[in-house]
Amino acid sequence: MATELHRQVNSVEKESGQEQGGESGAAAVRVRSLTRSFDGRAVIDNLELDVPAGEFVALLGRSGCGKSTLLRVLAGLDREIEGEVLVPRRKAVAFQAPRLMPWKRVWRNVLLGLPGRPGRAVAERALNEVGLGHRVDAWPKTLSGGEAQRASLARALVREPDLLLLDEPFGALDALTRITAQQLVAELWQRRGCAVLLVTHDVEEALLLADRVLVMDGGVIAHQVRVDRDRPRDIADPLLAELRTELLDRLGVQAPEPAVHKVA
Amino acid sequence: MSPVLEPVVPLSARRRSVPRWLRRTTGPLLLLVLWQVSSATGVLPSDTLASPGTIAGTASDLLKDGTLPHAMLVSVQRVLIGLALGGVIGVALALVSGLSRLGEDLVDASVQMLRSIPWVGMIPLFIIWMGIGEAPKIALIALGVTFHLYLNVYAGIRGVDAQLIEAGNSLGLGRWGLIRHVVLPGALPGAMTGLRYSLATAWLALVFGETINADDGIGFLLNRAREFFQTDVIVVCLIVYAALGLLADFIVRTLERLLLQWRPNFTGK
Repeated sequence: MATELHRQVNSVEKESGQEQGGESGAAAVRVRSLTRSFDGRAVIDNLELDVPAGEFVALLGRSGCGKSTLLRVLAGLDREIEGEVLVPRRKAVAFQAPRLMPWKRVWRNVLLGLPGRPGRAVAERALNEVGLGHRVDAWPKTLSGGEAQRASLARALVREPDLLLLDEPFGALDALTRITAQQLVAELWQRRGCAVLLVTHDVEEALLLADRVLVMDGGVIAHQVRVDRDRPRDIADPLLAELRTELLDRLGVQAPEPAVHKVA
Repeated sequence: MSPVLEPVVPLSARRRSVPRWLRRTTGPLLLLVLWQVSSATGVLPSDTLASPGTIAGTASDLLKDGTLPHAMLVSVQRVLIGLALGGVIGVALALVSGLSRLGEDLVDASVQMLRSIPWVGMIPLFIIWMGIGEAPKIALIALGVTFHLYLNVYAGIRGVDAQLIEAGNSLGLGRWGLIRHVVLPGALPGAMTGLRYSLATAWLALVFGETINADDGIGFLLNRAREFFQTDVIVVCLIVYAALGLLADFIVRTLERLLLQWRPNFTGK
C-alpha cells in the first residue's frame, strides 16, 4: 500500500516545517502524572505526555488500553481525573462516528458551537477545504460514510484548532475511502500546521502520517518511535517496514512477512 | 441441458392500470351504496339510522341556517384552548423533568401517579369544582393533552443520543446551547407523536365534555337530536367530529413532514 500526496502539498509542508522549527519551544499538550480510574482500576496510570505545537502524533495501542480515554481527557470530555493536563483553548475533536446532528444541514453542523454569529460563507470555506463544497445544503442522512467523515473534519477545522484530536476517524470507512481520507488529513495538517493526536489501531496509518508514533500499554506511553521521513511516504520504505515490525512487536503481534509489501 | 431462463419483471411494469386511490375509494363507496339501498327498501328503518341521502340534506340545512358552523366554531375553540393549556403545562413539566435529575425526582413520580387516574373519571369532580360552564370542558381536554405530551416529550428528551450530546460538548456548546441545538431538536419526533396522541385525546375529551353538560357546540346538537330521535342530525354531528379529527391529523402530518425531514427513517416501500 502506498500513499501519495501531491507534490504541491509537499512544498507547502517544507514551508510549514520551517515555521514549526521556529516555534519549537511551544507545547500543544502537556500531561503530568495523569491517572484515570474506572471503578478503582486505573486505565491511565501516572501518564506523562508532551506534544510540541504543530507535531503530528499517532497513538497506538491494543483495544482497551486507554488510548481513547486519553483522547477524551485531552478533549475535556472526561474530567474525572487526577494529575495535570494542559491543552490549548482551541481544540477540536473528530470521532470515529461523524456525530453530525441529523436535524441540521451540513453547513449548520459545521458552524455549531462557534462563538459569535459566523455566516454561511465560513462553513462553505471549511467544506470546500475538505472537498465537500457541493454538499453544503445536504441533510446528514444523505451523505456517504466518507462524506460524513469529511463534514465532521470540516466541523473540527473551522474552529482553527491548535490541537486536533482524531479518534480513529477512518475506522468505519472502507479501504479505498480510508486512503483518500488519510491523504486529506495529511494535506490539512500540512496546510494548517496544528498539532494532531491521532488515535488509531492501524500501524501503517500511523507510520504514513505521524512524526512520532506512541504505543500505549499498561496505562502509560510504553514506547515511542520517531518517523524521520519526508512525505509522501511509501509503506514499502525499508525504514517504515522496520518500524512497523518493531511497533507490531510492541503491540504483541507477530509481524507478517514484510516481503509482501515490497512486492506491492 | 441449459437452464430455463425467466425475465425479472421490473416493479413499474407490474403496476395495475387502475390507480391506487381509485381502488381505495371503491370499498367505502360500495358500503355507502349498500346503506342507501337498505334505507330505501326499508330494511334499515329511519328511526334506527337515517339514509345517506337524508343525512346529506340535513347537513346542508344545518350548514345553511348557521347552526352547524356556529356549533363547530364553539367546539373547535374549546379544543384549541384546551390544547394550548394542556400543551404548555405538559411540555413545561416534561422539560423540567427531562432536563434535570432534580426535576425528574420532583415531577415525574407525581405525574406518573396522576396519570393512572382515568381522566374521564374526573368529570364529576370538575363539575363540582367549576360548574357546568366552559371551564370543566376545557379542563378535561387540557388534562388529557397534558399527560400525552408530557410522556412523549419526556421520553424524547431522554432518548437523545448521548454521543451527540458529547459531540455538542466537544464543540463548545454550553448548557443552553446543548438544549437548544441538540436536546430539543432530538426530542422533536417524540413531541410530534405526543401531539398526535393529544389531538386524538382532545377530541375524545371534547365529546365526553359536551355530551354530559352541553349548552352549545356540536355536543349540544347531538344531545338535542337524541331527545327528538333525529338520527340524521346525530350522524351529521358524528361526521363533523370525524372530519375535524381528520383535519387535525392532516395538520400534524404536514407539520411532521416539514419539521422532521431530516429523519433517516424507513418510510415504507
